[in-house]
Amino acid sequence: MPDEIKAHITGVVFQIAAKAGDRVAEGDAVIVLESMKMEIPVEAPRDGAVKEIRVREGQTVQEGDVVAVLE
Amino acid sequence: MIRTVLVANRGEIARRVFRACRRLNLRAVAVHSEADADALHVRDADQAVAIGPAPARESYLDIERIIEAARRVGADAVHPGYGFLSENWRFAEACRRAGLVFVGPSADAIRTMGDKTEARRLMARAGVPVVPGSPETVVDVGEAEMVAGDIGYPIILKAAAGGGGIGMARVTTARELRGAFATAARRAQAAFGRGDLYVERFLERPRHVEVQVFGDAAGTLLHLGERECSLQRRHQKLVEESPAPHLPPATRQGLVAAALAGARAIGYVNAGTFEFLLDEGGAFYFLEMNTRLQVEHAVTEEVTGLDLVVEQLRVAAGERLAWRQVDVVPCRAAIECRVYAEDPARGFLPSPGTIERLELPSGEGIRVESGVETGSVVSVHYDPLLFKLVAAGATRAEAVGRLAAALERCVVEGVHTTLPLLRRVLASPELHEGRVHTQMIEQGAFNA
Repeated sequence: MPDEIKAHITGVVFQIAAKAGDRVAEGDAVIVLESMKMEIPVEAPRDGAVKEIRVREGQTVQEGDVVAVLE
Repeated sequence: MIRTVLVANRGEIARRVFRACRRLNLRAVAVHSEADADALHVRDADQAVAIGPAPARESYLDIERIIEAARRVGADAVHPGYGFLSENWRFAEACRRAGLVFVGPSADAIRTMGDKTEARRLMARAGVPVVPGSPETVVDVGEAEMVAGDIGYPIILKAAAGGGGIGMARVTTARELRGAFATAARRAQAAFGRGDLYVERFLERPRHVEVQVFGDAAGTLLHLGERECSLQRRHQKLVEESPAPHLPPATRQGLVAAALAGARAIGYVNAGTFEFLLDEGGAFYFLEMNTRLQVEHAVTEEVTGLDLVVEQLRVAAGERLAWRQVDVVPCRAAIECRVYAEDPARGFLPSPGTIERLELPSGEGIRVESGVETGSVVSVHYDPLLFKLVAAGATRAEAVGRLAAALERCVVEGVHTTLPLLRRVLASPELHEGRVHTQMIEQGAFNA
Protein backbone atom coordinates (compact mmCIF):
# COMPACT_ATOMS: atom_id res chain seq x y z
CA MET A 1 0.00 0.00 0.00
CA PRO A 2 1.21 3.52 -0.78
CA ASP A 3 2.67 5.75 1.91
CA GLU A 4 1.51 8.91 0.21
CA ILE A 5 -2.11 10.00 0.65
CA LYS A 6 -3.35 11.93 -2.37
CA ALA A 7 -6.36 14.19 -2.78
CA HIS A 8 -8.96 12.45 -4.96
CA ILE A 9 -10.61 15.75 -5.89
CA THR A 10 -9.69 19.42 -6.21
CA GLY A 11 -10.73 21.46 -3.22
CA VAL A 12 -9.79 23.69 -0.31
CA VAL A 13 -8.47 22.13 2.91
CA PHE A 14 -11.32 22.62 5.35
CA GLN A 15 -9.93 20.71 8.30
CA ILE A 16 -6.84 18.76 9.28
CA ALA A 17 -8.24 15.73 11.06
CA ALA A 18 -4.97 14.00 12.05
CA LYS A 19 -1.48 15.25 12.96
CA ALA A 20 2.00 13.81 12.62
CA GLY A 21 2.42 10.88 14.99
CA ASP A 22 -1.31 10.00 15.13
CA ARG A 23 -2.34 6.39 14.54
CA VAL A 24 -5.03 6.10 11.91
CA ALA A 25 -7.09 3.17 10.73
CA GLU A 26 -7.97 2.42 7.12
CA GLY A 27 -10.89 4.68 6.16
CA ASP A 28 -10.23 7.34 8.83
CA ALA A 29 -10.36 10.93 7.59
CA VAL A 30 -6.87 12.43 7.56
CA ILE A 31 -7.95 15.76 6.13
CA VAL A 32 -11.33 17.12 5.04
CA LEU A 33 -11.59 19.02 1.77
CA GLU A 34 -14.28 21.51 0.93
CA SER A 35 -15.32 21.71 -2.68
CA MET A 36 -18.47 23.24 -4.13
CA LYS A 37 -20.16 23.49 -0.72
CA MET A 38 -19.50 19.81 0.06
CA GLU A 39 -17.17 18.47 2.71
CA ILE A 40 -15.25 15.49 1.44
CA PRO A 41 -12.89 13.46 3.65
CA VAL A 42 -9.56 12.23 2.31
CA GLU A 43 -9.18 8.86 3.99
CA ALA A 44 -6.20 6.79 5.10
CA PRO A 45 -5.77 3.94 2.57
CA ARG A 46 -4.45 1.60 5.32
CA ASP A 47 -3.77 1.41 9.05
CA GLY A 48 -0.64 3.26 10.11
CA ALA A 49 0.96 6.25 11.75
CA VAL A 50 0.89 9.69 10.17
CA LYS A 51 4.44 10.74 9.30
CA GLU A 52 3.67 14.12 7.86
CA ILE A 53 0.78 16.41 6.91
CA ARG A 54 1.73 18.34 3.78
CA VAL A 55 -1.09 20.91 3.67
CA ARG A 56 -2.56 23.62 5.87
CA GLU A 57 -6.14 24.74 6.42
CA GLY A 58 -7.39 27.07 3.70
CA GLN A 59 -4.92 25.79 1.10
CA THR A 60 -6.21 24.80 -2.34
CA VAL A 61 -5.13 21.33 -3.46
CA GLN A 62 -5.45 19.78 -6.90
CA GLU A 63 -6.66 16.26 -7.57
CA GLY A 64 -3.62 13.98 -7.20
CA ASP A 65 -1.64 16.28 -4.86
CA VAL A 66 -0.04 14.53 -1.89
CA VAL A 67 -1.74 15.81 1.28
CA ALA A 68 -0.15 13.51 3.87
CA VAL A 69 2.36 10.70 4.25
CA LEU A 70 2.07 7.56 6.35
CA GLU A 71 5.08 5.91 8.11
CA MET B 1 -40.15 53.19 -6.38
CA ILE B 2 -37.29 50.95 -7.48
CA ARG B 3 -34.87 52.11 -10.16
CA THR B 4 -31.68 50.15 -9.49
CA VAL B 5 -31.48 46.54 -8.34
CA LEU B 6 -28.32 44.95 -6.99
CA VAL B 7 -28.30 41.17 -7.39
CA ALA B 8 -26.40 39.54 -4.53
CA ASN B 9 -25.67 36.34 -6.40
CA ARG B 10 -23.83 34.81 -9.34
CA GLY B 11 -24.27 32.31 -12.16
CA GLU B 12 -27.54 31.50 -13.88
CA ILE B 13 -29.81 32.99 -11.23
CA ALA B 14 -28.10 36.39 -11.33
CA ARG B 15 -28.61 36.43 -15.11
CA ARG B 16 -32.26 35.40 -14.67
CA VAL B 17 -32.89 38.35 -12.33
CA PHE B 18 -31.12 40.76 -14.70
CA ARG B 19 -33.49 39.67 -17.46
CA ALA B 20 -36.48 40.53 -15.26
CA CYS B 21 -34.89 43.91 -14.47
CA ARG B 22 -34.60 44.66 -18.17
CA ARG B 23 -38.26 43.80 -18.70
CA LEU B 24 -39.16 46.36 -16.05
CA ASN B 25 -36.62 48.90 -17.33
CA LEU B 26 -34.63 48.78 -14.07
CA ARG B 27 -30.88 49.26 -13.85
CA ALA B 28 -29.21 45.96 -12.90
CA VAL B 29 -26.03 45.77 -10.83
CA ALA B 30 -23.89 42.65 -10.41
CA VAL B 31 -21.52 41.87 -7.59
CA HIS B 32 -18.61 39.51 -8.04
CA SER B 33 -15.69 37.94 -6.22
CA GLU B 34 -12.14 38.07 -7.57
CA ALA B 35 -12.67 34.60 -9.06
CA ASP B 36 -15.72 35.81 -10.98
CA ALA B 37 -14.27 39.01 -12.51
CA ASP B 38 -14.73 37.56 -16.03
CA ALA B 39 -17.94 35.62 -15.31
CA LEU B 40 -20.89 35.73 -17.65
CA HIS B 41 -23.20 37.33 -15.08
CA VAL B 42 -20.81 40.27 -14.66
CA ARG B 43 -20.97 41.09 -18.36
CA ASP B 44 -24.76 40.82 -18.35
CA ALA B 45 -25.29 43.62 -15.85
CA ASP B 46 -25.39 47.36 -16.42
CA GLN B 47 -22.72 47.77 -13.76
CA ALA B 48 -20.60 45.41 -11.66
CA VAL B 49 -18.93 45.79 -8.27
CA ALA B 50 -16.04 43.68 -6.95
CA ILE B 51 -16.83 42.63 -3.38
CA GLY B 52 -13.90 40.49 -2.28
CA PRO B 53 -11.81 37.34 -2.59
CA ALA B 54 -12.99 34.04 -4.03
CA PRO B 55 -14.19 32.29 -0.83
CA ALA B 56 -17.93 32.95 -0.53
CA ARG B 57 -17.77 34.04 3.12
CA GLU B 58 -15.45 36.89 2.09
CA SER B 59 -17.62 37.96 -0.86
CA TYR B 60 -21.13 36.63 -1.66
CA LEU B 61 -21.82 35.84 2.02
CA ASP B 62 -20.39 39.09 3.39
CA ILE B 63 -23.41 41.20 4.35
CA GLU B 64 -21.46 44.40 4.99
CA ARG B 65 -19.62 44.32 1.70
CA ILE B 66 -22.82 43.76 -0.24
CA ILE B 67 -24.68 46.58 1.53
CA GLU B 68 -21.68 48.84 0.95
CA ALA B 69 -21.70 47.92 -2.77
CA ALA B 70 -25.43 48.72 -2.95
CA ARG B 71 -24.80 52.12 -1.36
CA ARG B 72 -21.95 52.87 -3.70
CA VAL B 73 -23.99 52.27 -6.87
CA GLY B 74 -27.11 53.98 -5.52
CA ALA B 75 -29.23 50.81 -5.57
CA ASP B 76 -32.79 50.96 -4.17
CA ALA B 77 -33.29 47.21 -3.94
CA VAL B 78 -31.38 43.97 -3.44
CA HIS B 79 -32.42 40.63 -4.96
CA PRO B 80 -30.74 37.73 -3.13
CA GLY B 81 -31.43 34.98 -5.70
CA TYR B 82 -31.30 31.54 -4.07
CA GLY B 83 -28.57 30.08 -1.83
CA PHE B 84 -25.96 32.47 -0.35
CA LEU B 85 -27.80 35.10 1.77
CA SER B 86 -31.30 34.49 0.40
CA GLU B 87 -32.58 32.83 3.60
CA ASN B 88 -30.49 34.83 6.04
CA TRP B 89 -32.89 37.03 8.03
CA ARG B 90 -30.00 39.20 9.23
CA PHE B 91 -29.31 40.12 5.63
CA ALA B 92 -32.95 41.04 4.97
CA GLU B 93 -32.89 43.13 8.15
CA ALA B 94 -29.57 44.78 7.23
CA CYS B 95 -31.02 45.76 3.85
CA ARG B 96 -34.07 47.31 5.49
CA ARG B 97 -31.92 49.25 7.97
CA ALA B 98 -29.79 50.54 5.09
CA GLY B 99 -32.94 51.82 3.37
CA LEU B 100 -32.82 49.11 0.69
CA VAL B 101 -35.81 47.07 -0.45
CA PHE B 102 -35.11 43.37 0.09
CA VAL B 103 -36.75 41.48 -2.77
CA GLY B 104 -38.32 38.71 -0.74
CA PRO B 105 -40.35 38.19 2.42
CA SER B 106 -39.90 39.98 5.75
CA ALA B 107 -36.90 39.19 7.95
CA ASP B 108 -39.43 37.82 10.47
CA ALA B 109 -40.86 35.31 7.99
CA ILE B 110 -37.37 34.17 7.02
CA ARG B 111 -36.34 33.73 10.66
CA THR B 112 -39.52 31.92 11.64
CA MET B 113 -39.46 29.43 8.79
CA GLY B 114 -35.67 29.04 9.00
CA ASP B 115 -35.96 27.56 12.49
CA LYS B 116 -37.22 24.12 11.52
CA THR B 117 -38.79 23.24 14.89
CA GLU B 118 -40.51 26.59 15.19
CA ALA B 119 -41.78 26.22 11.61
CA ARG B 120 -43.20 22.76 12.37
CA ARG B 121 -44.92 23.98 15.51
CA LEU B 122 -46.41 26.97 13.71
CA MET B 123 -47.58 24.92 10.74
CA ALA B 124 -49.15 22.27 12.97
CA ARG B 125 -51.07 25.04 14.73
CA ALA B 126 -52.24 26.36 11.33
CA GLY B 127 -53.65 22.92 10.54
CA VAL B 128 -50.87 21.84 8.18
CA PRO B 129 -50.02 18.13 8.59
CA VAL B 130 -46.47 17.55 9.85
CA VAL B 131 -44.46 14.33 9.97
CA PRO B 132 -44.95 12.50 13.31
CA GLY B 133 -41.99 13.26 15.57
CA SER B 134 -40.72 15.21 18.56
CA PRO B 135 -42.66 18.47 18.90
CA GLU B 136 -39.44 20.29 19.86
CA THR B 137 -35.76 19.53 19.73
CA VAL B 138 -34.92 16.68 22.09
CA VAL B 139 -32.78 17.46 25.15
CA ASP B 140 -30.65 14.33 24.85
CA VAL B 141 -30.37 10.87 23.32
CA GLY B 142 -32.62 9.46 26.08
CA GLU B 143 -35.53 11.63 24.96
CA ALA B 144 -34.77 10.74 21.33
CA GLU B 145 -35.07 7.06 22.30
CA MET B 146 -38.44 7.72 23.95
CA VAL B 147 -39.85 9.59 20.96
CA ALA B 148 -38.53 6.96 18.55
CA GLY B 149 -40.17 4.25 20.66
CA ASP B 150 -43.50 6.10 20.38
CA ILE B 151 -43.52 6.81 16.63
CA GLY B 152 -41.66 3.67 15.57
CA TYR B 153 -38.53 3.03 13.52
CA PRO B 154 -37.11 3.90 11.05
CA ILE B 155 -36.61 7.48 12.19
CA ILE B 156 -34.57 10.41 10.94
CA LEU B 157 -32.54 12.81 13.09
CA LYS B 158 -32.46 16.38 11.84
CA ALA B 159 -30.59 19.50 12.91
CA ALA B 160 -32.89 22.28 14.17
CA ALA B 161 -30.73 24.87 12.43
CA GLY B 162 -30.24 22.61 9.45
CA GLY B 163 -30.68 22.65 5.73
CA GLY B 164 -29.33 20.92 2.65
CA GLY B 165 -29.30 17.55 4.37
CA ILE B 166 -26.43 18.44 6.73
CA GLY B 167 -26.59 16.77 10.15
CA MET B 168 -29.33 14.36 9.03
CA ALA B 169 -29.08 10.70 9.92
CA ARG B 170 -31.42 7.82 9.24
CA VAL B 171 -31.73 5.31 12.08
CA THR B 172 -33.33 1.95 11.41
CA THR B 173 -33.06 0.26 14.81
CA ALA B 174 -32.92 1.34 18.47
CA ARG B 175 -29.42 -0.13 18.70
CA GLU B 176 -27.99 2.38 16.17
CA LEU B 177 -29.55 5.43 17.79
CA ARG B 178 -26.80 6.35 20.29
CA GLY B 179 -23.96 6.44 17.74
CA ALA B 180 -26.02 8.19 15.09
CA PHE B 181 -27.23 10.82 17.57
CA ALA B 182 -23.67 11.73 18.63
CA THR B 183 -22.47 12.01 15.02
CA ALA B 184 -25.45 14.07 13.83
CA ALA B 185 -25.16 16.46 16.82
CA ARG B 186 -21.44 16.95 16.19
CA ARG B 187 -21.97 17.63 12.48
CA ALA B 188 -24.79 20.08 13.14
CA GLN B 189 -22.66 21.88 15.73
CA ALA B 190 -19.78 22.19 13.25
CA ALA B 191 -21.98 23.35 10.37
CA PHE B 192 -24.50 25.63 12.10
CA GLY B 193 -23.00 26.38 15.53
CA ARG B 194 -25.97 24.58 17.10
CA GLY B 195 -26.05 20.86 17.76
CA ASP B 196 -29.69 20.40 18.79
CA LEU B 197 -31.66 17.77 16.94
CA TYR B 198 -35.23 16.69 16.50
CA VAL B 199 -36.69 13.32 15.64
CA GLU B 200 -39.10 12.44 12.82
CA ARG B 201 -40.53 9.27 11.43
CA PHE B 202 -38.57 8.26 8.33
CA LEU B 203 -40.90 7.78 5.38
CA GLU B 204 -40.10 4.94 2.99
CA ARG B 205 -40.04 5.85 -0.70
CA PRO B 206 -41.81 9.20 -0.30
CA ARG B 207 -42.42 11.67 -3.09
CA HIS B 208 -41.42 15.30 -2.76
CA VAL B 209 -44.18 17.61 -3.97
CA GLU B 210 -44.14 21.34 -3.33
CA VAL B 211 -46.54 24.23 -3.78
CA GLN B 212 -45.53 27.67 -5.05
CA VAL B 213 -47.22 30.52 -3.23
CA PHE B 214 -47.14 34.26 -3.82
CA GLY B 215 -48.42 37.05 -1.59
CA ASP B 216 -48.48 40.83 -1.72
CA ALA B 217 -48.49 43.51 0.98
CA ALA B 218 -52.21 44.17 0.44
CA GLY B 219 -52.99 40.68 1.70
CA THR B 220 -53.59 38.88 -1.60
CA LEU B 221 -52.28 35.34 -1.44
CA LEU B 222 -52.23 32.94 -4.39
CA HIS B 223 -50.88 29.52 -5.21
CA LEU B 224 -49.23 28.78 -8.54
CA GLY B 225 -49.72 25.05 -8.50
CA GLU B 226 -47.42 22.22 -7.53
CA ARG B 227 -44.09 20.78 -8.63
CA GLU B 228 -42.93 17.18 -8.34
CA CYS B 229 -39.24 17.18 -7.28
CA SER B 230 -38.59 13.64 -6.05
CA LEU B 231 -35.44 12.90 -8.00
CA GLN B 232 -32.68 14.10 -5.69
CA ARG B 233 -29.22 13.30 -4.44
CA ARG B 234 -27.97 14.48 -1.02
CA HIS B 235 -31.46 15.96 -0.49
CA GLN B 236 -30.89 18.27 -3.44
CA LYS B 237 -33.05 18.14 -6.53
CA LEU B 238 -31.97 17.04 -10.00
CA VAL B 239 -35.28 16.84 -11.90
CA GLU B 240 -38.48 18.83 -11.33
CA GLU B 241 -41.78 18.92 -13.17
CA SER B 242 -45.29 20.27 -13.10
CA PRO B 243 -48.07 19.21 -12.92
CA ALA B 244 -47.08 16.36 -10.58
CA PRO B 245 -47.99 13.07 -12.29
CA HIS B 246 -50.59 10.72 -10.72
CA LEU B 247 -51.60 13.23 -8.08
CA PRO B 248 -55.23 12.58 -7.12
CA PRO B 249 -57.29 15.82 -7.36
CA ALA B 250 -58.20 15.59 -3.66
CA THR B 251 -54.53 15.32 -2.67
CA ARG B 252 -53.66 18.27 -4.86
CA GLN B 253 -56.43 20.35 -3.30
CA GLY B 254 -55.23 19.32 0.16
CA LEU B 255 -51.65 20.35 -0.61
CA VAL B 256 -52.69 23.72 -2.00
CA ALA B 257 -55.03 24.42 0.93
CA ALA B 258 -52.28 23.49 3.42
CA ALA B 259 -49.74 25.74 1.68
CA LEU B 260 -52.15 28.69 1.63
CA ALA B 261 -53.07 28.16 5.28
CA GLY B 262 -49.39 28.02 6.19
CA ALA B 263 -48.55 31.17 4.23
CA ARG B 264 -51.52 33.02 5.70
CA ALA B 265 -50.48 32.06 9.24
CA ILE B 266 -47.23 33.99 8.83
CA GLY B 267 -48.62 36.81 6.67
CA TYR B 268 -46.31 35.79 3.86
CA VAL B 269 -45.38 38.36 1.20
CA ASN B 270 -43.52 37.67 -2.08
CA ALA B 271 -42.63 34.27 -3.61
CA GLY B 272 -42.25 31.21 -1.40
CA THR B 273 -42.54 27.44 -1.55
CA PHE B 274 -44.07 24.87 0.78
CA GLU B 275 -42.37 21.51 0.50
CA PHE B 276 -44.24 18.32 1.37
CA LEU B 277 -43.47 14.62 1.51
CA LEU B 278 -46.15 12.24 0.26
CA ASP B 279 -46.08 8.70 1.61
CA GLU B 280 -47.07 5.65 -0.37
CA GLY B 281 -50.57 5.77 1.07
CA GLY B 282 -51.13 9.29 -0.27
CA ALA B 283 -50.87 11.12 3.08
CA PHE B 284 -48.77 14.28 2.95
CA TYR B 285 -46.66 16.08 5.50
CA PHE B 286 -45.07 19.53 5.67
CA LEU B 287 -41.31 19.32 5.19
CA GLU B 288 -40.18 22.94 5.16
CA MET B 289 -40.82 26.31 3.60
CA ASN B 290 -38.31 28.00 1.31
CA THR B 291 -38.68 31.72 1.84
CA ARG B 292 -37.16 32.67 -1.50
CA LEU B 293 -37.24 32.06 -5.23
CA GLN B 294 -36.56 28.39 -6.00
CA VAL B 295 -34.09 27.05 -8.54
CA GLU B 296 -37.05 25.30 -10.19
CA HIS B 297 -39.30 28.38 -10.47
CA ALA B 298 -38.86 28.17 -14.25
CA VAL B 299 -41.04 25.03 -14.34
CA THR B 300 -43.98 26.97 -12.91
CA GLU B 301 -43.32 29.85 -15.30
CA GLU B 302 -43.43 27.52 -18.29
CA VAL B 303 -46.66 25.90 -17.10
CA THR B 304 -48.51 29.13 -16.25
CA GLY B 305 -46.88 31.61 -18.66
CA LEU B 306 -46.25 33.99 -15.73
CA ASP B 307 -42.95 35.71 -14.89
CA LEU B 308 -42.25 35.11 -11.19
CA VAL B 309 -39.15 37.27 -10.99
CA VAL B 310 -40.82 40.31 -12.56
CA GLU B 311 -43.63 39.85 -10.06
CA GLN B 312 -41.15 39.56 -7.17
CA LEU B 313 -39.70 42.95 -8.12
CA ARG B 314 -43.14 44.55 -8.56
CA VAL B 315 -44.43 43.23 -5.24
CA ALA B 316 -41.22 44.26 -3.46
CA ALA B 317 -41.80 47.78 -4.82
CA GLY B 318 -45.15 47.78 -3.00
CA GLU B 319 -47.38 47.05 -5.98
CA ARG B 320 -50.25 44.60 -5.84
CA LEU B 321 -50.02 41.21 -7.50
CA ALA B 322 -50.98 41.53 -11.16
CA TRP B 323 -52.83 38.19 -11.05
CA ARG B 324 -55.93 36.83 -9.41
CA GLN B 325 -56.23 33.12 -8.63
CA VAL B 326 -58.41 32.63 -11.73
CA ASP B 327 -55.59 34.03 -13.90
CA VAL B 328 -53.26 31.27 -12.78
CA VAL B 329 -54.08 28.48 -15.18
CA PRO B 330 -51.75 25.57 -15.83
CA CYS B 331 -51.79 25.49 -19.65
CA ARG B 332 -48.88 23.16 -20.33
CA ALA B 333 -46.61 20.56 -18.80
CA ALA B 334 -42.96 21.36 -18.06
CA ILE B 335 -39.94 19.46 -16.81
CA GLU B 336 -36.51 20.73 -15.76
CA CYS B 337 -33.19 19.08 -15.04
CA ARG B 338 -30.11 20.51 -13.39
CA VAL B 339 -26.69 19.99 -14.90
CA TYR B 340 -24.12 20.03 -12.10
CA ALA B 341 -20.34 19.78 -12.30
CA GLU B 342 -20.34 16.50 -10.40
CA ASP B 343 -19.39 13.00 -11.32
CA PRO B 344 -22.36 10.67 -10.96
CA ALA B 345 -20.06 7.69 -11.57
CA ARG B 346 -18.10 8.58 -8.40
CA GLY B 347 -20.93 9.24 -5.96
CA PHE B 348 -21.54 12.80 -7.24
CA LEU B 349 -18.08 14.04 -6.25
CA PRO B 350 -17.52 17.67 -7.23
CA SER B 351 -15.72 18.21 -10.52
CA PRO B 352 -14.23 21.69 -10.68
CA GLY B 353 -12.18 22.76 -13.70
CA THR B 354 -12.39 24.69 -16.94
CA ILE B 355 -15.18 24.16 -19.44
CA GLU B 356 -13.27 23.42 -22.64
CA ARG B 357 -16.35 23.18 -24.79
CA LEU B 358 -20.01 23.93 -24.19
CA GLU B 359 -22.90 23.41 -26.56
CA LEU B 360 -26.38 24.15 -25.34
CA PRO B 361 -29.53 23.03 -27.11
CA SER B 362 -32.34 25.24 -28.37
CA GLY B 363 -35.62 24.58 -30.12
CA GLU B 364 -39.38 24.39 -29.70
CA GLY B 365 -40.33 24.39 -26.01
CA ILE B 366 -36.72 24.44 -24.80
CA ARG B 367 -35.47 27.00 -22.29
CA VAL B 368 -31.88 27.09 -21.06
CA GLU B 369 -30.73 29.02 -17.98
CA SER B 370 -26.94 28.96 -17.92
CA GLY B 371 -24.28 30.69 -15.85
CA VAL B 372 -21.37 29.39 -17.90
CA GLU B 373 -19.88 29.39 -21.42
CA THR B 374 -16.92 27.80 -23.15
CA GLY B 375 -13.83 28.87 -21.19
CA SER B 376 -15.66 29.40 -17.89
CA VAL B 377 -13.79 28.25 -14.80
CA VAL B 378 -15.93 26.13 -12.49
CA SER B 379 -14.56 27.08 -9.08
CA VAL B 380 -14.25 24.95 -5.96
CA HIS B 381 -15.71 27.88 -4.01
CA TYR B 382 -19.31 27.80 -5.25
CA ASP B 383 -22.32 25.62 -5.89
CA PRO B 384 -21.71 23.18 -8.78
CA LEU B 385 -24.84 24.12 -10.79
CA LEU B 386 -23.78 24.92 -14.37
CA PHE B 387 -27.12 25.27 -16.12
CA LYS B 388 -30.75 24.19 -16.12
CA LEU B 389 -32.61 22.76 -19.06
CA VAL B 390 -36.37 23.26 -19.10
CA ALA B 391 -38.73 21.70 -21.63
CA ALA B 392 -42.42 22.48 -22.02
CA GLY B 393 -45.11 20.84 -24.10
CA ALA B 394 -48.83 20.55 -24.55
CA THR B 395 -48.67 17.23 -22.70
CA ARG B 396 -46.26 15.68 -20.21
CA ALA B 397 -45.13 13.18 -22.85
CA GLU B 398 -44.26 16.00 -25.23
CA ALA B 399 -42.29 17.89 -22.57
CA VAL B 400 -40.42 14.74 -21.51
CA GLY B 401 -39.62 13.90 -25.14
CA ARG B 402 -38.27 17.39 -25.76
CA LEU B 403 -36.11 17.31 -22.65
CA ALA B 404 -34.69 13.90 -23.54
CA ALA B 405 -33.81 15.12 -27.05
CA ALA B 406 -32.31 18.36 -25.69
CA LEU B 407 -30.12 16.39 -23.25
CA GLU B 408 -28.71 14.41 -26.18
CA ARG B 409 -27.70 17.67 -27.89
CA CYS B 410 -25.82 19.03 -24.82
CA VAL B 411 -22.05 18.94 -24.92
CA VAL B 412 -19.89 19.76 -21.89
CA GLU B 413 -16.18 19.03 -22.04
CA GLY B 414 -13.54 19.73 -19.39
CA VAL B 415 -15.53 18.81 -16.28
CA HIS B 416 -17.66 15.82 -15.32
CA THR B 417 -21.38 16.55 -15.18
CA THR B 418 -24.66 14.95 -14.20
CA LEU B 419 -25.59 14.73 -17.93
CA PRO B 420 -24.98 10.96 -18.32
CA LEU B 421 -27.22 10.23 -15.33
CA LEU B 422 -29.91 12.67 -16.48
CA ARG B 423 -29.99 11.03 -19.93
CA ARG B 424 -30.53 7.64 -18.28
CA VAL B 425 -33.26 9.10 -16.05
CA LEU B 426 -35.07 10.58 -19.06
CA ALA B 427 -34.85 7.24 -20.88
CA SER B 428 -36.14 5.22 -17.89
CA PRO B 429 -39.59 3.67 -17.59
CA GLU B 430 -39.84 5.07 -14.04
CA LEU B 431 -39.63 8.65 -15.30
CA HIS B 432 -41.89 7.99 -18.28
CA GLU B 433 -44.50 6.49 -15.99
CA GLY B 434 -43.98 9.23 -13.40
CA ARG B 435 -43.30 6.69 -10.66
CA VAL B 436 -40.44 8.23 -8.74
CA HIS B 437 -39.47 8.70 -5.08
CA THR B 438 -36.80 10.63 -3.21
CA GLN B 439 -34.47 7.71 -2.50
CA MET B 440 -34.30 6.35 -6.06
CA ILE B 441 -31.12 7.99 -7.32
CA GLU B 442 -29.11 7.16 -4.21
CA GLN B 443 -30.39 3.58 -4.33
CA GLY B 444 -28.82 3.34 -7.77
CA ALA B 445 -32.02 3.00 -9.81
CA PHE B 446 -30.45 4.86 -12.73
CA ASN B 447 -26.87 3.60 -12.52
CA ALA B 448 -25.11 2.70 -15.76
